Amino acid sequence: MTVRLDLTGLTTRAAQVWGGVRLVPLTRDEPITGLRLHARAYGDDPGLVEVGRRTHYVSYIPHGFVATWTDDDTPVAAYGTQLKAHGTLAKGGDEPPVHGMRLRFHRRMARRVERNRLRFLPLHLAVEGYLALHFGGPQVVWEERSQRAIRRGLSPRVEEAYAGVEVAGLADALKHFEIHPGQCGVLVYVADALASAFVVPHPDDYRALHATLVQDMYGELVHYYATFGMPVPRFDVRLPDDVASLADLRAVAAREQAEWARFHDATMADGLLGESYATNRVYRMGDYTLSRFLPTFRLKQENHVGELITDRVGRTAYLKTFRLSEAQIRRGHLLANLAAHDWHLPTSAAALGITEHQLGLRLHGAGFGALIREDVLAHYRAENRR
Amino acid sequence: MKYRTGLKRALRHAHVAPDGELGPFLFTPDDRRRYDTPLLETWRRAHYEHASVYELPYTVAEGFAAKHRIDRATFLKRIEPRMTRLERLRVQESASRGKAAVAVDLGSMPLTRLASYVLSLPVPERVDRRGELTGALRAAAVRAAGRAAGGWGRVAAVLDDSFSASGSAQKRRRPLAVALACHYLLAELAAEYVPLWTSGRTDALLAHPYGMTPLGERVLDALEHAPDRLLIVSDGWDNAPYGLASEVLRVWRARLDPARRVVAVHLNPVYDAEDFDVKRLAAAVPTVGVRDAEDVPALVEFARFTEGRTGFADLRAHFDDRVARFLEEG
Repeated sequence: MTVRLDLTGLTTRAAQVWGGVRLVPLTRDEPITGLRLHARAYGDDPGLVEVGRRTHYVSYIPHGFVATWTDDDTPVAAYGTQLKAHGTLAKGGDEPPVHGMRLRFHRRMARRVERNRLRFLPLHLAVEGYLALHFGGPQVVWEERSQRAIRRGLSPRVEEAYAGVEVAGLADALKHFEIHPGQCGVLVYVADALASAFVVPHPDDYRALHATLVQDMYGELVHYYATFGMPVPRFDVRLPDDVASLADLRAVAAREQAEWARFHDATMADGLLGESYATNRVYRMGDYTLSRFLPTFRLKQENHVGELITDRVGRTAYLKTFRLSEAQIRRGHLLANLAAHDWHLPTSAAALGITEHQLGLRLHGAGFGALIREDVLAHYRAENRR
Repeated sequence: MKYRTGLKRALRHAHVAPDGELGPFLFTPDDRRRYDTPLLETWRRAHYEHASVYELPYTVAEGFAAKHRIDRATFLKRIEPRMTRLERLRVQESASRGKAAVAVDLGSMPLTRLASYVLSLPVPERVDRRGELTGALRAAAVRAAGRAAGGWGRVAAVLDDSFSASGSAQKRRRPLAVALACHYLLAELAAEYVPLWTSGRTDALLAHPYGMTPLGERVLDALEHAPDRLLIVSDGWDNAPYGLASEVLRVWRARLDPARRVVAVHLNPVYDAEDFDVKRLAAAVPTVGVRDAEDVPALVEFARFTEGRTGFADLRAHFDDRVARFLEEG
């Protein structure tokens, strides 16, 4: 199912700039009260999410969220800041395959903790989706696939991401940011590249979660942009001189603000809002649907993966996105193409406009060499040399 | 007495030999059997004798009280006569925790200090003591306004209570305290007064730093009231959106008020360490740094002078008047 992100009900407000980081607040006139979110602090230890046997993948999980929800639209303050001990600290027999850091096991990404509560880990859903899309293994086993890839899938399933504190300037920008009274979301631009979008149902949730943005994951690209980027300009307001009265002046000021919102939505956030996404429904609870979405993997363009909670009519209640780096997009593009052709190398190569051996070597270069049997790979290499 | 260690270091650094008993007091206090200077003698005795502790200044005595393990409530009760009015204000909270009462005359406090004190109280307590606090703030404002009270005509003030008014960790909520003090002072100075907080709040006493800074919109609101004087108390970080206040003021000065009928001044309580000045809001409006709200009448006069609105004679007359008043009060 392909969808577009629907940010109906959210208004773009004036951006606030700190160094290379531009934060664009989104406000809601009417907060959603039927769905509330709460942070579950797991501390800063990297977590390991257990998806199934032998399918651990490594990533940095600073925290998970609990979605609290009621059928009628009553406020759910009673659920408030309840923190539940996560009782899933089962250290399995497998050695955690990471750089010697202490790991925590979260049994599933999204699961019922109790009635009316849904716990999930942000971004993980999305990154897992990205990995799981093709890594579950193709249905048809072609002879090129190595025995290893058939037995173990694509392993290890590792994607790199940086915590927000490692993104230069982001922590300061978030600290100095002045939260709007009705703010329900923010778009984070680093060096004017959209790094992440974050939307919650209610302003109180936003206030609680604002500081956690610094613990979220950001792609490699964002990290590099932040490190090497220059301070971004502020886009100061310019008003025309031809006003006759204060009412005129107010009108041109309002027009200027609307103009910014239009420019932002149509130009700056176009890479996120203007594209359609393949969604995968994870969970449905009452009026709300939790899903993760994938981009179409357009090369050399913005591609975001993310997770989304929508209401019955498809409006966004919760949104969190993660911008893929160039290498990730290339890998995703290759895999998406292979999957579209049932993992048949000759037809995929034809679709990409290259020869079979070139595709084989490209797969190898992208880190998927293990997919192809060693002798076939050697054959491709020989072909390439000729 | 209070800065004994600091003075000692400074003297040592500058190689100055202090005369009289100061040398032994600073450098070899253990060798001295008695001092002829009464204060130094009290200090020596306070090392051994409880009664002498209470003859020392409060901050010095506090250290000795801890040394002698004197009960806090007893200590506060007996040291009370020696406390300055600011010390009294400062120990209010800790005294009430220790079930001791330190009398404080809020009515005699300086305006900005009082505003800081009010902002340090939790909101429910401010609601409970609304009458008392408002009365004290008004009284302080009346004193600060002096003879100028009511002489400023229609005044519209844009007061910044955005999140950035939290100030620094060293001086918490100082920008907001200055804004709150200005609010009460301007209410006295003006014949007709319109306060406009950036957050849109109307109850000044419950102010707390919250939200963004839509200065541009508030300036527009203020101008709509057709004031004689427009005062903007803000740190100058106009961010919703950036530069709107500056543009509004520029266009308004250029097109709608070219005769400069309205006195507009930006008062900035935040010193910008980077360029050794306060942050300017707009070229069209003079900006002056403000430390205490009590200085606002003088600062506004300065701002008008720098703008070329008043001549040197006027400025001089204004300050002669202030000096005369200061001497009268002193």
